Amino acid sequence: MKIVVTVKQVPDTATQVKIAADGKSIDTTGITWIVSPYDEFAVEEALRIKEKRGQGEVVAVSLGPDRVKETLRSCLAMGCDRAIHLNDAAWSAADTLATAKALAAVIKQEAPQLVLCGRQAIDDDMGAVTAQLAELLGWPCAYWIMEETIDADGKAVRAARQVEGGLEVFDVPLPAVLAAQKGLNEPRYPTLKGIMGAKKKEIKDVKAADLGIAAEPSQLSIVGLEALPARPPGRIMQGDVPTAVKELVRALREDAKAI
Amino acid sequence: MPNAFWCIVEDDRNGSPKKVMAEVIGEAARLAPGRVEAVWLTDKASDAGLKQLGEWGASKVLLLENAAFAPYRSEVWTAAAADLARKESPTAIFAPVTSRQREFVARLAAKLGVGLSADSVRFAMEGDKLVATRPVYAGKLLSRVTWAKSPWVATLRPNVFRPADAQPGKTATVERPSLSAPGAQMKFVERREEVSTGLPELTEAETVISGGRGMKGPENYVILEELGRVIGAAVGASRAAVDAGWRPHRFQIGQTGRTISPKLYLGFGVSGAIQHLAGMRTSKVIVAVNKDPEAPIFKIADFGIVADLFEVVPELTKEFKKLLEK
Repeated sequence: MKIVVTVKQVPDTATQVKIAADGKSIDTTGITWIVSPYDEFAVEEALRIKEKRGQGEVVAVSLGPDRVKETLRSCLAMGCDRAIHLNDAAWSAADTLATAKALAAVIKQEAPQLVLCGRQAIDDDMGAVTAQLAELLGWPCAYWIMEETIDADGKAVRAARQVEGGLEVFDVPLPAVLAAQKGLNEPRYPTLKGIMGAKKKEIKDVKAADLGIAAEPSQLSIVGLEALPARPPGRIMQGDVPTAVKELVRALREDAKAI
Repeated sequence: MPNAFWCIVEDDRNGSPKKVMAEVIGEAARLAPGRVEAVWLTDKASDAGLKQLGEWGASKVLLLENAAFAPYRSEVWTAAAADLARKESPTAIFAPVTSRQREFVARLAAKLGVGLSADSVRFAMEGDKLVATRPVYAGKLLSRVTWAKSPWVATLRPNVFRPADAQPGKTATVERPSLSAPGAQMKFVERREEVSTGLPELTEAETVISGGRGMKGPENYVILEELGRVIGAAVGASRAAVDAGWRPHRFQIGQTGRTISPKLYLGFGVSGAIQHLAGMRTSKVIVAVNKDPEAPIFKIADFGIVADLFEVVPELTKEFKKLLEK
């Protein structure tokens, strides 16, 4: 079974982000880049499917500038067989739909049975690409999956998606797109052998023209980034615990009107 | 004549809209007075539910009622809603952030070839353009976005927008557009209900209590649940507590968990790591209780107590009980 996993390179959560001079993007100086955590769940699940079935191929795909190669290399070190890098300045301001179009084009070429994505990337937190990819491919889609089992003949996947109040289980015919939620698995760390082996694996550069995609403006554009409004300074309740608690309850009731 | 602002109805799967719809309809009405239409895909709408949408301010309900719409499947909803959108040409399509709406409107936007602003926390009309504001980078920055063309598709973070005041007696006209029978690719197998805690759902609750590493173990969450029962709050946990196996993942608040925006957030033994703040920093009032006066959560807290949570929680439960019995 051939599986495509989509991954995104994002700033580490703990990294401080500053607005760049253009007012629309972040200053990337000194940023530590990581694989978006939900995408690691997707990579792990793809590798487990391949291992369980005893055969198959896992292809990692990412869109972004040159530095994205590091992210793809990490996926190869985890065990992906090869990688595709959608690397073209034409995509520098891509919104979710433009990203989904590029991914859909490369997925059509690759023709996998399954596409695994992370629930959302933790930089812009749109959580939209998976569904948009499914729409562009005309495939079914299950969001926020907590478990999955592919049937023996590889025709369908039974997936449990997380919803308010429980899990909903569906039989989804393949090919399909699944979005991984935390709890699906525990991603592995690359082994030294994996890291060494990754250096020899292929990362193929793909341009928009290779996919027959014409440049078009994004449907959603960023007007500007802004800092969070400052929160008013807080109050620490003084005194022993009973005194502090009484004052807190009074303040919540009378000052903040929160209870 | 500008066209309608659609509000996609999130319902309780029993024929009634969820109360978050008052927020979605309220915001749509603020931006486009008199042009708010509710679009409801359901297997069964109740009369009371239709009445409710009218009282919140929808002038029309476009009711797509068909057994195929439950349980929700993106391919079925998208085909039907896109057909209707092509006929009606709405100016905007709004929905609350819920598990199904976040997927559905993303897919719908792709089908219509338009942009999407997910998890929006503010809207403004600038000339004839809509500009949405949404948190990015773990909530460390806000991004202002706009659309190249309509319909402007957006999801709205619950508990952020001012809900519409219900106007008793105000009614919406109900239209039942004819639709082509949607075909489903996915086959429903079963729904597994979570063991109910008897407390509100995390993302919907107006008050949320969160327990972090300071809780010391899974057995201690009972004191938070007791407090939760007294004040009607949901009880969640930080990533540290979930990763330690003390609470199931569905209770996790933060970047790799649920995003919440309650009126009141109370954190006990929560340090306030960035990834936790990402999931709760738009809460209106933040209370922190931690032994460590240097805990980062105090930087964003409105009220704090520097003390042992095991002394504070029982005292707080007692005081709230006294207050609410009055």
